[in-house]
Amino acid sequence: MSVTVLTAEERISHATQLQLTWWRFRKHKVALVSGVIILLFYLVVVLADFLATSDPHATDARRSFIPPQAIHLFDDGKFRPHVYGLKGIRDPRTFRLRYAPDPERKLPIRFLGRGYDYNLLGLIPTNIHLFSVEDAGPVDGIFLLGTDQLGRDLWSRLIVATRISLSIGLAGVGVSLVLGVLLGGISGLYGGTVDTIIQRLIELLRSVPTIPLWMGLAASLPADWSVLQVYFAITLIISLIGWTDLARVVRGRFMALRTEDFILAAELAGASRGRIIFRHMLPSFFSHIIAATSLALPAMIISETSLSFLGLGLRPPAISWGILLQDAQSVQSLALAPWLLCSAVPVIVAILAFNFLGDGLRDAADPYG
Amino acid sequence: MTLLEVKDLRKYYAIRRGLLQRRVGEVRAVDGVSFQIARGETLSLVGESGCGKTTVSRCIMRALDATSGEIRFAPGDAPPVDLVTLPRSRLRSVRRHMQMIFQDPHASLNPRMTVGDIIAEPLLVNNVGTAADRRDRVLQLLELVKLPRAAYSRFPHAFSGGQRQRVGIARALALDPKLIVADEPVSALDVSVQAQIVNLLLELQDRLGLSYLFVAHDLSVVKHMSDRVAVMYVGRIVEVAPTRRLFSKPRHPYTEALLSAVPKPDPRLRSERIVLQGEVADPADPPPGCAFHPRCPYAVDRCRVEVPELIETGDGHMARCHRVQELTLSGVG
Repeated sequence: MSVTVLTAEERISHATQLQLTWWRFRKHKVALVSGVIILLFYLVVVLADFLATSDPHATDARRSFIPPQAIHLFDDGKFRPHVYGLKGIRDPRTFRLRYAPDPERKLPIRFLGRGYDYNLLGLIPTNIHLFSVEDAGPVDGIFLLGTDQLGRDLWSRLIVATRISLSIGLAGVGVSLVLGVLLGGISGLYGGTVDTIIQRLIELLRSVPTIPLWMGLAASLPADWSVLQVYFAITLIISLIGWTDLARVVRGRFMALRTEDFILAAELAGASRGRIIFRHMLPSFFSHIIAATSLALPAMIISETSLSFLGLGLRPPAISWGILLQDAQSVQSLALAPWLLCSAVPVIVAILAFNFLGDGLRDAADPYG
Repeated sequence: MTLLEVKDLRKYYAIRRGLLQRRVGEVRAVDGVSFQIARGETLSLVGESGCGKTTVSRCIMRALDATSGEIRFAPGDAPPVDLVTLPRSRLRSVRRHMQMIFQDPHASLNPRMTVGDIIAEPLLVNNVGTAADRRDRVLQLLELVKLPRAAYSRFPHAFSGGQRQRVGIARALALDPKLIVADEPVSALDVSVQAQIVNLLLELQDRLGLSYLFVAHDLSVVKHMSDRVAVMYVGRIVEVAPTRRLFSKPRHPYTEALLSAVPKPDPRLRSERIVLQGEVADPADPPPGCAFHPRCPYAVDRCRVEVPELIETGDGHMARCHRVQELTLSGVG
């Protein structure tokens, strides 16, 4: 096989739509970085239990409000990562037990060590974690972000919450996407009365204030439902509003495309309706759908977080960003355990990253615009 | 022999207003247009934008459904079919014989498909030959429109306007049509490229025996292309004549005005340009009598009340003007 070196111009003239979009997206550095951050977030989603250091549900009164621990990388000049053990000190004035690092006891960090049991990717039962501390006493362990009042490790909880919050956003967008493309497509393709009905429905849905609507719907969920059932119900409630935006985007694109000359050309050539929709129309705005989706995702995540924060969405023992923030809302936790506020950081980072990524994708989606 | 005969073609659009979408009027985009095109002939349809020439071409392609009238099309030896009443199920087999070239070569090619796929699409959807056959045919078509074979695997964005128009022409020729409806095929192109495309179209007509319906707003292009010219104004044909006659002896004041706007290559020949006053009549509310009378320098009282008919003045020259016998209008060349 001969290797031919293509000139830049040659490369561009043979470039598919996807390549052009990618080349353009690559120039948008902020979006690119955001994309990497999002990928890392979803890596956490996939490997949540593997990255967690202790069981996020396990409570232990003795571990209550342990502050974040520092990791020490070197021991006597040699690379031997470890954390200090904890020493309980009774505060002479408040009689409250406080924990301070005890430099005398060094607990080595084991990579790929053993911890609590879980199913990797939901399939493979294992107890291997990325890192863990072994040979530990009851209050010894690795608490990267400290613990909450019930002695649960915040790092592990945050990791597991990321899985729930990001996947609920994805599932919500998935449902919205199906509804939006279907109804928006029908609306844009057929026009006329059907279009009028769908558009008025969208306006009706959008005119209902979302928080009271969600409150009403969430309150109607039976209290004895399992975490999984509530999860799906919340997804559906959130996407009930979410699809309207996507439907409008899709409708607009279909309407614009319907009058394009290349669509008429295909029709005159004798192409079937299905071929025109799937070969000519959908590919033309596929990239717009991706961009719209990545902009819809943060809205979904925020919706879930605010619902759960208000106590209307997921409920403990489920763990999500909203639930973690709910834990952090009392004055007591702010005064005694300010590290609980870390839960807000991934929310902010993820939402910003999604927005930048969506912006970059939208700009790149139309190389001719 | 007549390939296409359009008889009294009408296309009205209803104007609907209010919550109940009541019909409050209609736009007469095309209002009783008749003409014929013989095999191997080129008829040009000329007029200002909004005069209905594009609507006529879209009705012929059945991209729009005409309100009434007949479009008789006889591609083979079989008796002609009426495209206005032809059921949709039979449309595909007739459409093979007529294809369209579009005005904007940027909008008429799917940017997501390679040139090869674009040209092969009519063959593919009509189940012509195997994949290898189609590839050969596309390469042959590329050669016919004078594009390099390398164009096959490239995307439209790699080409200039003129080259894209060649791709559009190749696609139109893929199924070996008899009639090509060209909707302002050169008006979006640079003047230098226009001549190349016009020459290509003429050459293809010679080689393949095509008939053209050439829609244009520019008379200078039309002069080189057509056997006959039909001038349209507000949905009606106001003058039809063989090209040379129309250019040298126009019989309708509107044609005279259009001709005076054609640039002349000889700077010493500076004739008076007739600048028409007023706006093109609104097809939703045409003026009474002759639609052109508010802008016509020769209008008399009769023009304001009575709608003129197309009057034959000999040698296939027809004009829709009450004063066709009295006026002596100046043409070019």
